[in-house]
Amino acid sequence: MKFAIALFAPPHAPSSRRALRFAQAALAGGHEIVRLFFYQDGVHSAASNPVCPQDELDLSGEWREFVRDQGLDAVVCIAAALRRGVLDAQEAERYQRSAVNLQAPWELSGLGQLHEATQLADRLICFGGP
Amino acid sequence: MPQSLLIISRQAPWAGPSAREALDIALAGGAFDLPLAMLFLDDGVFQLLPEQQPTAVQQKDLTANLQALPMFGVEALYVAERSLQERGLQTHPMNLPVQMLDDSALTALIDRYDQVITL
Repeated sequence: MKFAIALFAPPHAPSSRRALRFAQAALAGGHEIVRLFFYQDGVHSAASNPVCPQDELDLSGEWREFVRDQGLDAVVCIAAALRRGVLDAQEAERYQRSAVNLQAPWELSGLGQLHEATQLADRLICFGGP
Repeated sequence: MPQSLLIISRQAPWAGPSAREALDIALAGGAFDLPLAMLFLDDGVFQLLPEQQPTAVQQKDLTANLQALPMFGVEALYVAERSLQERGLQTHPMNLPVQMLDDSALTALIDRYDQVITL
């Protein structure tokens, strides 16, 4: 089955961890992930700056490794990210901000990517939200 | 056949960015001409009240964006009757042409759409 996975929750929310475990299980079960789309506070899970104590789960780090190892299409909503201070080098330069906290394998793009993923997938699975 | 998408908006307009961000999904999808619907549920029904005074909380008014939905081709707009009742708003004027749905119609609506996003 083809899944599109949307994450709306911040990294410390349980649904963010569940999203990652679901994504890992989907691939392990032979399914396909057409795209990960991080929206709302989910954009923080793509940020590269969180520093976790060594004995705690580093969710952002795990996401990054997972996306890179699996070569996934991983999109962070640009409007949601800008609003929350998650910027790649290009946006930091455009808005004259001193910090860059988003790198490959993540890509900033628009909500059209969520709609496209929804069209390409058999199922859209959302994590987070009220 | 494109997949249809129901966006369920459950947050009050000034309770954080959720109302705006749910609306942005609908407007973006409308621009791509996709079969979309929007349902206002729980505190999301407060978005439909015409007496918004967002400047009192230094916010931008969402009403104009909401009213742009039909122009973006999103004409399937629903509100949960129970949510209105619970808030004493059942006969209150609304700022959008929304169709009121009772519990069983709500279930049927969610069933009818291929995908659902709740914000």
